[in-house]
Amino acid sequence: MPAITRFGFSFFTSSSWDPVKEAFGALPAIYGTLLSSAIGLLIAVPISLGAAIFLVELAPKWLKGTASFVIEMLAAIPSVIIGLWGLFVLVPVVRSPIENWLGTHLGSLPFFQGPPFGVGFLAAGIILAIMIIPIITAVSRDAMRAVPNEQREAMFALGATRWEMIRQSVLPYCRSGIVGAIILGLGRALGETMAVTMVIGNSYKLTASLFSPGSTIASTIASQFGEASAGVSVGSLVELALILFGVTLLVNVIARALVWRMTSVKAAKE
Amino acid sequence: MNTIIPNLVIPDNQGKPVMGNEKGILEVQNLSAWYGKTLAVKNINMSIRSQTIMSIIGPSGCGKSTFIRCLNRMHEVAHGGRVEGCIMLDGKDIYARDTDPVVIRRRIGMVFQKPTSFPTMSIFDNVAAGLKLTRFWSHKMELEEVVERSLRRAALWDEVKDKLNQSGTSLSGGQQQRLCIARAIAIEPEIILLDEPCSALDPSSTLKIEDLMRSLVEQYTIVIVTHNMQQAARVSDMAAFFLMDHDRSGILVEYGPTSQLFTNPKDKRTEDYITGRFG
Amino acid sequence: MNRGYLRRKWVNRAMLGLSSIAAGLAILILALILGYTIIHGFSFLNLNFLTQAAKPVGEVGGGMRNEIFGTLILVGLGSIIALPIGLLAGIFLSEYASPRVASVVRFMADVLAGVPSIVVGVFVYAIVVQPMHSYSALSAGVALAMIMIPVVARTAEESLRLVPNSMREAALALGITRWRAVIGVIIPGALTGIITGVMLAVARIAGETAPLIFTALGSQFGVQGLLKPIGALPLQIFRYAMSPYKSEQQQAWAGAFLLVILVLGISILVRWISNRKRI
Repeated sequence: MPAITRFGFSFFTSSSWDPVKEAFGALPAIYGTLLSSAIGLLIAVPISLGAAIFLVELAPKWLKGTASFVIEMLAAIPSVIIGLWGLFVLVPVVRSPIENWLGTHLGSLPFFQGPPFGVGFLAAGIILAIMIIPIITAVSRDAMRAVPNEQREAMFALGATRWEMIRQSVLPYCRSGIVGAIILGLGRALGETMAVTMVIGNSYKLTASLFSPGSTIASTIASQFGEASAGVSVGSLVELALILFGVTLLVNVIARALVWRMTSVKAAKE
Repeated sequence: MNTIIPNLVIPDNQGKPVMGNEKGILEVQNLSAWYGKTLAVKNINMSIRSQTIMSIIGPSGCGKSTFIRCLNRMHEVAHGGRVEGCIMLDGKDIYARDTDPVVIRRRIGMVFQKPTSFPTMSIFDNVAAGLKLTRFWSHKMELEEVVERSLRRAALWDEVKDKLNQSGTSLSGGQQQRLCIARAIAIEPEIILLDEPCSALDPSSTLKIEDLMRSLVEQYTIVIVTHNMQQAARVSDMAAFFLMDHDRSGILVEYGPTSQLFTNPKDKRTEDYITGRFG
Repeated sequence: MNRGYLRRKWVNRAMLGLSSIAAGLAILILALILGYTIIHGFSFLNLNFLTQAAKPVGEVGGGMRNEIFGTLILVGLGSIIALPIGLLAGIFLSEYASPRVASVVRFMADVLAGVPSIVVGVFVYAIVVQPMHSYSALSAGVALAMIMIPVVARTAEESLRLVPNSMREAALALGITRWRAVIGVIIPGALTGIITGVMLAVARIAGETAPLIFTALGSQFGVQGLLKPIGALPLQIFRYAMSPYKSEQQQAWAGAFLLVILVLGISILVRWISNRKRI
């Protein structure tokens, strides 16, 4: 029944809205979602993997539990608070040192042109990275922990350094689990609303520059809702929500399939 | 053969002596049991007489535990558990379609290998669990009576009477197992099944439980699975020897009075097992 | 060969150093966010904040009293709806479901868990707010419940699974019906895990903002009843953070302080409880 109601709205929108305008309308939001998530992943994945490697392979016993707990606490912080911090602490830092530096040194690239607002895609990307680091770290850590110790010992016996052991034995073994972790992080980033809304500037344009403000699907829904009183614009927001739902659903299903495959392959091998 | 334990409440029904050809209260007829597609026990036939201790012996993996679980319809609780054949209790098939397994399990109680006192309950509540969990409300005095009577019969009363409110986990393994026996007795079954009850216990606890069984048989019928032949010889009146058949299912090789099975076995396979040639 | 070995050694050191830095970075970020929020937020926290309703800009004083109440009400409402459904689902998954049904239900729960909270908000808007022609605390409760249910169900299921099977068998062997065994023995055995799961779910929804935009809306008039719009702490933090007025921004920080303390307090408490139980 809920589906019928939802599709009812969608029907409503497509008959009263100019289809061309609607297609144009959704595009900046979709672009913004993809761009900010991409930046977020780019920043988060190295940090998360590094942290996971540290937690599983390097940390002494007494540190393992506390450090894991601390990183999980990061996941527990409500996104509106991360957004608040982002707006008042991160954005000035992004504006002054970071974007200035990037603008002067790499300004020839279209990514880094335009006045440094502070709020914009770059800040949103950083905030998203902060939010998805805990989940990627946690799932990767679990994947790496599942690697049997014999694999590590075999590598050591061949005279490998610790890093070589990690790179050539542990990581390939749990590859699909790590990929699954990254995709789960992507799913989280795509749907993240509050923190992004607060630091992305909420401008509805398509631009290449990372410095410029923009929107994501989620931030559009959140910020436009206050002004959308007529049934039509609300309907289009609902349609945006549907798009977001479909995309995150797909991403999550793929991620779970990968993680599940990793655990069942491991079980089959035993 | 029976040891007298002080403070034991002697029931009205005195135990009947073991005689040949007397009709048992549990008749197993053509019983076979499966786990999914795997046949675990095949075509068991036997009569279990009342007020006797019957031991089930044999090497591991030949279906002893599976068989005993069929006696109180616990086998079907396991995933894929299936039974064919029938078991007559007082002339009625416990596997009849209209028979509720819950009712059967009240009449045929079970004690398991690992002492499983319920950790979230006190000793008192553990013993009373069978009663409290089947009724809406119980009279406090009635519960106290039943708990004390069961703990006395299980030879545990003196050791725990001052700490009835403490958790069951504070007891030793042997005490916990006697607690489980008290818990099983509290619901007044007619038959008590014990699945290797002493294998997780030290020798002195084992002996205490063997003594307990000999006192309980005055009122209950006891079936015990044991992989310890000496225990079977010490404790039981009748013995059933199980073995694995060619198709890896368990079969009943020989069944008869313990003394006869151990000194003059009729089947060569029984003799081989008894004398330790295998198993 | 010697030079190759040196190079490998340095690569090793470098990569391991980098990964330690990565871990340190993650922890540093947490410390920065947490520290700043707590210190900065605390500085704006005063008695007015806790006890007064919001005042127009320019007037001195004013606080988030109504929004604090609002959060408490919404969390309570969400819990009342979600806990029975989630717990029953968890019990069903662990104790009653066949493996195939269980994996389907589990999959659906995981899917629901992965839905972005803003989508949940829009969905509830479509099915509750629109037909009712009014924003309401009730609709917000429904939205929050939808977020809670998968979390509660999964943690409940996992806690129940940890109860050893021997416990289930011992309970059933007493002749207890299935559901009474679950209520009387198995759930108490898993209680710690279930409670911590519930607490984590509560901490999660206390901080949720996005669904509230479409359902609770926020209110200038304080708590008006369950069928009217209602304000909540995270929602107000969001609105004040985006406002141009410094006084409101400061209140946003104070509110953030409260929220962080609440959420983190619950998380730490949960961790402490599970550590204690394990030891």
